[in-house]
Amino acid sequence: MFESSLKQLGDALRAKQISSVELTQSYLDRMAQLNPELNAFITINPEMSLAQAEAADARLAAGTAEALTGIPIAQKDIFCAKDWLTTCGSKMLHNFVSPYDAHVISQFNNAGAINLGKTNMDEFAMGSSNETSYYGAVKNPWDTARVPGGSSGGTAAAVAARLCAAATGTDTGGSIRQPAALCGISGLKPTYGVCSRYGMIAFASSLDQAGPMGRSAEDLALMMNVMAGFDERDSTSLQRDKEDYTRDLNKPLTGLRIGLPKEFFAAGMGADVAKAIEAAIAEYKKLGATIVDISLPNSKLSVPVYYVLAPAEASSNLSRFDGVRYGYRAPEYGDLADMYEKSRAQGFGAEVQRRIMIGTYVLSHGYYDAYYIKAQRIRRQIAQDFVAAYKQCDVIMGPTSPSTAFKLGEKGDDPVQMYLSDIYTIAVNLAGLPGMSIPCGFGNNNMPVGLQIIGNYFDEARMLNVAHQYQLATDWHSRAPQGI
Amino acid sequence: MSWEIVIGLEVHAQLSTNSKIFCGASTAYGAEPNTQADAVSLALPGVLPVLNKGAVERAIKFGLATGSHIAPRSVFARKNYFYPDLPKGYQISQFELPVVGKGLLHIEVEPLSGDAQPYGKTIRITRAHLEEDAGKSLHGDFHGMTGIDLNRAGTPLLEIVSEPDMCSAAEAVAYAKALHTLVRWIGICDGNMQEGSFRCDVNVSVRKPGQPLGTRREIKNLNSFKFMQQAIDYEVQWQIDTIENGGKVQQATILFDPDSGETRMMRSKEDAHDYRYFPDPDLLPLEISPEWIEQMRATLPELPQSKQARYVNELGLSAYDASLLTASREMADYFEAALNVITPSPQSSPANGRGGELENQSSISAKICANWIMGELNAQLNRDGLDMTQCPISAQQLGSMLARILDGTISNSGAKEVFRTMWAEGGEVDAIIESKGLKQVSDAGAIEKIVDEIMAANADKVTEYRSGKDKLFGFFVGQAMKASKGQANPAQLNEVLKKKLAG
Amino acid sequence: MIPYRPCLNIVFAMSLTTQDVEKVARLARLAMSPSEIETARKQLNGIFGLIAEMQAVDTDGVEPMSHSQELAQRLREDKVTESNQREAFQAIAPQVEQGLFLVPKVIE
Repeated sequence: MFESSLKQLGDALRAKQISSVELTQSYLDRMAQLNPELNAFITINPEMSLAQAEAADARLAAGTAEALTGIPIAQKDIFCAKDWLTTCGSKMLHNFVSPYDAHVISQFNNAGAINLGKTNMDEFAMGSSNETSYYGAVKNPWDTARVPGGSSGGTAAAVAARLCAAATGTDTGGSIRQPAALCGISGLKPTYGVCSRYGMIAFASSLDQAGPMGRSAEDLALMMNVMAGFDERDSTSLQRDKEDYTRDLNKPLTGLRIGLPKEFFAAGMGADVAKAIEAAIAEYKKLGATIVDISLPNSKLSVPVYYVLAPAEASSNLSRFDGVRYGYRAPEYGDLADMYEKSRAQGFGAEVQRRIMIGTYVLSHGYYDAYYIKAQRIRRQIAQDFVAAYKQCDVIMGPTSPSTAFKLGEKGDDPVQMYLSDIYTIAVNLAGLPGMSIPCGFGNNNMPVGLQIIGNYFDEARMLNVAHQYQLATDWHSRAPQGI
Repeated sequence: MSWEIVIGLEVHAQLSTNSKIFCGASTAYGAEPNTQADAVSLALPGVLPVLNKGAVERAIKFGLATGSHIAPRSVFARKNYFYPDLPKGYQISQFELPVVGKGLLHIEVEPLSGDAQPYGKTIRITRAHLEEDAGKSLHGDFHGMTGIDLNRAGTPLLEIVSEPDMCSAAEAVAYAKALHTLVRWIGICDGNMQEGSFRCDVNVSVRKPGQPLGTRREIKNLNSFKFMQQAIDYEVQWQIDTIENGGKVQQATILFDPDSGETRMMRSKEDAHDYRYFPDPDLLPLEISPEWIEQMRATLPELPQSKQARYVNELGLSAYDASLLTASREMADYFEAALNVITPSPQSSPANGRGGELENQSSISAKICANWIMGELNAQLNRDGLDMTQCPISAQQLGSMLARILDGTISNSGAKEVFRTMWAEGGEVDAIIESKGLKQVSDAGAIEKIVDEIMAANADKVTEYRSGKDKLFGFFVGQAMKASKGQANPAQLNEVLKKKLAG
Repeated sequence: MIPYRPCLNIVFAMSLTTQDVEKVARLARLAMSPSEIETARKQLNGIFGLIAEMQAVDTDGVEPMSHSQELAQRLREDKVTESNQREAFQAIAPQVEQGLFLVPKVIE
């Protein structure tokens, strides 16, 4: 049952082979057993999950069930969910029981899905290893001495360890794709604006995007059918017709042009990763695809550009956490300034404070043009590289991460080394393009390797098709970590 | 050597929308604390702004009314600073690309001192931009703490920035008043200064003629014209004294204390000068099409200056009368409605080819109408402490009364009686004339009969008059009026008397 | 405030001083001890070393990109859609009284 796809679970529920309450309870039992070691969840609330399951069973009985009705889905703790503790991985929100639902949460509720719990994450989604969470590091189910990646590390570990049927993530610079790669699962970051950001706690508003994480492209497509869509409460939400993301899954790949950017295959990528990626490309050739060599000359600048723009937006987005209306307030303080400074210094962890400082500095008097405006200009050049590339190819492929999962604490003291682990994923966010990662083999120490697939704007259905056809031909995606 | 005063204003006009600028919470004034602070006003984690169309419409109207450039594309920016009444830790405002650009506002200045004459002046508007208001800090007794009410947070504001074109407190007040009139006139702001709907920040500096601009100090949040006057006077004197005593004026943000009549430094804005503006990534550029601008232009009422010109050119009023009648839209509307009762406007009565006569007639009507509104009506309003909207006599009533003066039914003194009655008790004009017996005798036959009788009774005086004693004319008028119990139409009586006495 | 921002072409190859870091911490309302300031200074200088790579790029004539989609702001009709939820919202507040959020004394 824990290996069933979303479609199989849905069929079983509708055929009354299993009830949602039974299914949800099975997952809750598995979580109770495995989560203490993995630390993939921050909040588990069986009562609330089971109440939703009962409602879903009523809907199944009434014959008004939809594709995901009754299926337990875990939610990244960045999404506000009414009456659920919503911490964003931070002490700052250790007591924040959300009074409202994020749009994405409402969509799942309306679809009758079960909220199975809130998954652990890097604090305010700032991190690539899930080690910045106030609630402790998440362990990679393939090797609990290693990181699951971040920031959606809890979600990635939960999906990989079969603690939920599928789950949500968010991706500002790679936070869906990199942990998906490191945990051997599939993850999709849609085109910016496809999923509403309303109720998703902001990190960098112009880059943040929600997306699904699951065990297969087919599962991601079903998740997208629920998550995607226009929301009038988000000014950057795109007004587009509703799509069925499963529509192209079964199309053959004959004639597909895959662009390989030479910059992604230069020095920096681990040899084990390179080997798996090359094998995946060879598989695609067998499936009828042709290979085009392309160049994204400015993509090498995406890390510096990102570490100006994302902290700048974050420094402002996180100003609302001031201990006045909700969240953490220091127990002792003197005057107003002292209350602010102590609450924020105690409520935010080191990485969050570091990024607030970077952002505050680059926006401040005299540096704005040299940093912020300069970075925005290069951002456009990076995006234009993709526009040019898509004249020659249909999708772009490369590694998701330069290495497989590293050890906990390995990059602890050097933020710059940590930042460079997102080198292949960040450009996609800067351009606002859709990107995904699917498992394509194993590298050193038998740790999973992720293949990144980058599509043109709104090409999610084609990307899911490209991933699904590969998953029909290979079984990397159905490998489960042993010993859990 | 004398000092030159340089003044620029930043006016925050609260826009009269139903809901806030970036969310659907109510903007109604006076609600219980925080009952109009929704998730967005509170800046809960994850919430996002969506721009209110009504706020943009009002900004466009302001731009049109001041002949300003309206930006086809403008951008919202975040102004970052920490303050407990600013829930997000930043204010959404406009910085580099405001919605309204350069414009002009004409003002009439009434100098405060002695015998100086009123004069006109045009003040340049630098820009006007949309932004959100902050909440309120209440310094009541909460165990030495401050209470925060966020009902006002997110109320739309139009910040109107002028060039430093004013060189006296009188000019600054005249400009503020003209803006105050204008925003109410075009219906974008209720102008209620007690409730903070119209707040002025005044930048003041002084310099010797020919010298570069002096260092300015900004007096924040003035909410009455009287305080503005007092604050500027105090501040100018303070700056002059400071410099003359060998000191230097430092750039500062100051507050005016109406109780002491003094200004003092604000203590709360230590890092006010690094707001870290950047474009708000949660909002996209605001685009305003030429079609939208034209739609808004069509909804704009005739503006005060255009009305003034029309009153002078078409109705033959003096410039002074025209400016008084357009001091507020209510006043002008009242005037036009009353006038329309006397002489229906061309729109309501088809042209009848008697253009010249009609024009002359309408000029007489306009003058009598203006005189009554600015005389008797205004005096009564002032006496009773009422404004135009609370006037107990409707424009319809006043117009009907004036029509009865013009058609000779009542005399001026009779009209005053009608007016007093309507003010105190209400009622319909003709009914009051009837019940109080105020109708003039205008029947030619009746007047001739009275004249014949008094001439017969005073034959000797008639003879004297005819032999050249012109002064006796007044005697005959008096006798005839007495005989008619004061109700004879004076003009008609004069005419008949002159004719008959001439023999 | 009349908007004002100086336009400077700063040289990137600079490093932050202790005073710079202190100023940034104060602007960001983060209480930091001298040793934390020193750690932050070293780390920030490492990060700004990475960011300095931007300096070499010629961006003349390139428009800054704020959003990935070139769209205009959507507008909301001027309608009141929210009702009073003060009780729910203040249930999670650190300190409230008489419907107000309490903070240490604000001095203007």
